[in-house]
Amino acid sequence: MLLNFVIIPGLSYGSQLALGALGVTFVYAVLRFANFAHGELMSFGAMITILFTWFFQSQNIGLGILPTALIALPFGILATIVLGLLSDKFVFKYYRKQKSVPVVLAMVSIGVMFVVNAIIRIIVGTETIKFSDGQKFIMKAKQFKAMTGLNEGLALKSSQVITILITILLLTFTFWFLQKTKTGKSMRAFSDNEDLALLSGINPDRVVFITWLIVGTLACVAGTLYGLDKSYKPIIYLNLVLPVFASAIVGGIGSPFGAVVGGYVIAFSEIMVTYAYKKFFKYLLPESLEPSSLVQLLSTDYKFAVSFTILVIVLLIRPSGIFRGKVL
Amino acid sequence: MISLVGKNLTAGYGGVDIIKNINLEVKQGEIVVIVGPNGAGKSTAMKALLGMLKLTDGGVSFAEDDITFMLPQDRVNLGIAFVPQTQNVFTGMSVEENLEMGGFIRDDNINLTIEDIYNLFPILKEKRNQNAGELSGGQRQQVAFGRALMTKPKILMLDEPTAGVSPIVMDELFSRIIEVGKTGVGILMVEQNAKQALNIADRGYVLVNGKNSREGSGQDLLNNPEVRKSFLGG
Repeated sequence: MLLNFVIIPGLSYGSQLALGALGVTFVYAVLRFANFAHGELMSFGAMITILFTWFFQSQNIGLGILPTALIALPFGILATIVLGLLSDKFVFKYYRKQKSVPVVLAMVSIGVMFVVNAIIRIIVGTETIKFSDGQKFIMKAKQFKAMTGLNEGLALKSSQVITILITILLLTFTFWFLQKTKTGKSMRAFSDNEDLALLSGINPDRVVFITWLIVGTLACVAGTLYGLDKSYKPIIYLNLVLPVFASAIVGGIGSPFGAVVGGYVIAFSEIMVTYAYKKFFKYLLPESLEPSSLVQLLSTDYKFAVSFTILVIVLLIRPSGIFRGKVL
Repeated sequence: MISLVGKNLTAGYGGVDIIKNINLEVKQGEIVVIVGPNGAGKSTAMKALLGMLKLTDGGVSFAEDDITFMLPQDRVNLGIAFVPQTQNVFTGMSVEENLEMGGFIRDDNINLTIEDIYNLFPILKEKRNQNAGELSGGQRQQVAFGRALMTKPKILMLDEPTAGVSPIVMDELFSRIIEVGKTGVGILMVEQNAKQALNIADRGYVLVNGKNSREGSGQDLLNNPEVRKSFLGG
């Protein structure tokens, strides 16, 4: 039962956070600022994916049991990359050339965040959109009960499985790219020591370009997966920035591995703290002790408070995060 | 014979000129040392040659071409390499990756050059998979030196290569520098350990207060009573 309500949702939510945090970490490590617009980048990617999903649905193009969004995803990724590059070209580049301090760039990114947010609202409005189609469950609770004879169900949503699989794929690729390819190594070198990278003949413009390629991809995939799993609502992504940043910082901002670990740490803590343990205790305790309330440590409304608390604790105890961050 | 020449170099930070009308030259295959008291503008002169500072006057030429307005990273492509005094390795990357990054601009096979560098500094081969940030000061300098050599430079500039290392390591580094010089690379270095540096140098420049004060062969400068008195410690 824990598996059903804690581990699987934790894994899929954690994957979404991990991908989001990885994007934040990339911008931080290479461009050296905290990009608050990242949540909107995720939202924008999800929105474009939704638009294309609708288009494909209207054309009756689909993937059968898989959500149509998967065919639309590449278009979303492309659009997100373009948006990232445009925001860089027209906004961030200017401040980079001015050699502005990171906090100025962070403030500027908040401006970008509002602009992108406004664009999204103009295009799709503020309503909640459900765009997942295809088969919703891989295994329904009842099927599981019938299969195993246990009296608690285990439901496996296909969006969760897709999330976890895509995350594994994307993370493997990203780490392989950073560790094994010449371009990936040059990005690490640039993030490690910019001056020395220049002295080695590494072209900074190219590194920035590739960073946005990766960041756009990660953001769009993270945003779309989150939307598939829950539902798409522009305001949610504004809130999502907090756990995403918390994940990046808890893991050690600038460290890709840390971002991934941070994502899962935050996701599991949020879910475990807000999970209703009532049923759980029902099985463990004798009937007379059965709790009358839901036995939630905190109501789900406080979900974001959890990530905030962890963030503060980590900053107090180990300011550099679990895995000392700063460089790729 | 290719040479890197700085003529009437005048430059500084924030409007104040630290070096004034300095002339420097280094040819392929020779070891040239810049010495002088603290604050004489030795490192500044070297950075001006590399283009890391905006010149207010004077110019730089390489192989007879004027490169005064060329970006530092483009000078790297010409065959001018530079080892900064501090932060001269990628601390989060392994020794081998540091060398690979040194050879970033090359399209040919860099593995042979990496082998050459391992032969020059056997300890690096031993620690090839260790992060450069975990190495001792002397080993780090070897990595920094190796990284710069990976570009197969014609002229190599070293900013205080022996800063903060023990005397034994210093001798070791100097003998490696001589070895590299013998392969036809021109070496220009700034050194605090003036005596030892002048000992191995073909030529030397003495800078005082941002100006050329004296130049000559290493031995001449070592034997010059004035130079000895002013900063070689008698």
